[in-house]
Amino acid sequence: MSGLSGTGVAIAIAYLVASVLFIFGLKLLSSAATARRGNLIAGIGMLVAVAATLLEQEIVTLRWIALGVVIGAVAGLWLAAAVKMTAMPQMVALLNGFGGGASALVAAAEFYRIEASSAAVTTDVALSTALTMLIGAVTFTGSLVAFAKLQEMVTGRAVTYPLQKPINALLFLGALAAIVILTVAIAHPGVFLALTIISLLLGVLLVIPIGGADMPVVISLLNSYSGIAGAAAGFVLHNNVLIIAGALVGASGIILTQIMCRAMNRSLTNVLFGAFGAQAATAAAGGTEARPMRAITADDAAVMLAYAQSVIVIPGYGLAVAQGQHTVRELASLLEKRGVDVKYAIHPVAGRMPGHMNVILSEAQVDYDALINSLDEANSLLDRADVALVVGANDTVNPAAENDRSSPLYGMPVVEAWKAKQVIVMKRGRGTGFAGVDNALFYGDNTSMLFGDAKKSLTELVSAVKGV
Amino acid sequence: MAELLVALYIFVLAIFIGFEVITKVPTLLHTPLMSGSNAISGISLIGAMIVAGRLGSPLNTILGVTAVAFATINIVGGFAVTDRMLRMFRHRRDGES
Repeated sequence: MSGLSGTGVAIAIAYLVASVLFIFGLKLLSSAATARRGNLIAGIGMLVAVAATLLEQEIVTLRWIALGVVIGAVAGLWLAAAVKMTAMPQMVALLNGFGGGASALVAAAEFYRIEASSAAVTTDVALSTALTMLIGAVTFTGSLVAFAKLQEMVTGRAVTYPLQKPINALLFLGALAAIVILTVAIAHPGVFLALTIISLLLGVLLVIPIGGADMPVVISLLNSYSGIAGAAAGFVLHNNVLIIAGALVGASGIILTQIMCRAMNRSLTNVLFGAFGAQAATAAAGGTEARPMRAITADDAAVMLAYAQSVIVIPGYGLAVAQGQHTVRELASLLEKRGVDVKYAIHPVAGRMPGHMNVILSEAQVDYDALINSLDEANSLLDRADVALVVGANDTVNPAAENDRSSPLYGMPVVEAWKAKQVIVMKRGRGTGFAGVDNALFYGDNTSMLFGDAKKSLTELVSAVKGV
Repeated sequence: MAELLVALYIFVLAIFIGFEVITKVPTLLHTPLMSGSNAISGISLIGAMIVAGRLGSPLNTILGVTAVAFATINIVGGFAVTDRMLRMFRHRRDGES
């Protein structure tokens, strides 16, 4: 510590405090009762870190910082207030892209400063600058592509083209070569520019072949990258709070990625390179038999629900697309008034990202005690349930995941809707789900299909139940 | 080099803390956790501030201001939207039982 001035020590201690607050914040974020406080504490940590940075000797003028902060804060607050809960995955992707972009810009600025000064560059600074650029730029464009896919600005399907993998591999080798040159030889602006372009391109090309259904995994992984990019920037600037916060986010992103892969029964490699959803439709073709689906009317369904003792609602993304979550809650309240026990079984990957359906239902003021905690619990409750009401879910209730080895879904944990005495499936049309796989549940003896837009059908159900 | 090694120690240990802290999260919280940890990754704001706050070329300033704006969007947007989600989780059935 002898080399540090008084201010330097104060800054270092403030950074330590910020790091501890981040760790506490994350810890509290992982339990429902304390999550909101955890988020606040992490935010305070950020404030402490920013305030301490203002004391850094290198900072001589505040007006540019103020300009950037004001622009960013206004844009950030506006985004956070305006975004629909159904659009949360693309929101996270977008925010993540900005984070990665910021790291890449810092790396660029550091590079040009080093290049302009005559002082010798140490190997570690040169290496970390180049790495920060690579990871930051990949995160930036990768997140923007993920955002565009989820926002349906470009096709959500997996985009494949010939020689995809060799081209990506070549680009990656090119990036590595540029990093090596920048590290061991000289700070050459041309090489740095090449690295920048390759990295930006890699971000696009790595995400383009991944289908929309897998996008949440990609976002989680990119989130992890943006953390690692932050940590790499910390190596460049010799800043410990950057390293610690970056590492925390990097690790948590990896864990969430793993959890998601497990819930979908896929390996990360398969998600990233399998181009799932590009050809999946072919797998379904063999399984379609000429069995009839049994369609029922809203009135019949209402009678079934109103005279049940226990109903389990199994919501899928179709519900959110139709904006039917409020109507579901209205239906549930009506049924509860009649003494029906209503619970919600939410598949871990229902919606467009893990836990997304919980957020959407909570927005509709569904009491979260009614949300069944785990898949195992949901499946044992379904054993005893009178009616399973499947709303806009398909792949997550497909029995093929348990009994058809040839199905692309085989092995994925699913909600066993078919175990209930009666199953009502609300579905827009007769088509297949996101993965393009046929669903035997729809042909089951105890299954009745209620076709139509989820929200419209639900509204009909609500008025029908009132009339029972 | 010694400095780099210390930084590496810190990095690796922090990764272990990250793993420990996150392992047992209920699915209910995955979305807010992702957006919340995403907000923390906006910590690169600190690097951006140092770049924007020093005396440098116009290019340096442009890169710095843009970086500060980007990182701030990440942080403010991330924390605000996470809070918005978590606030909803607290809703209880009002008045009916």
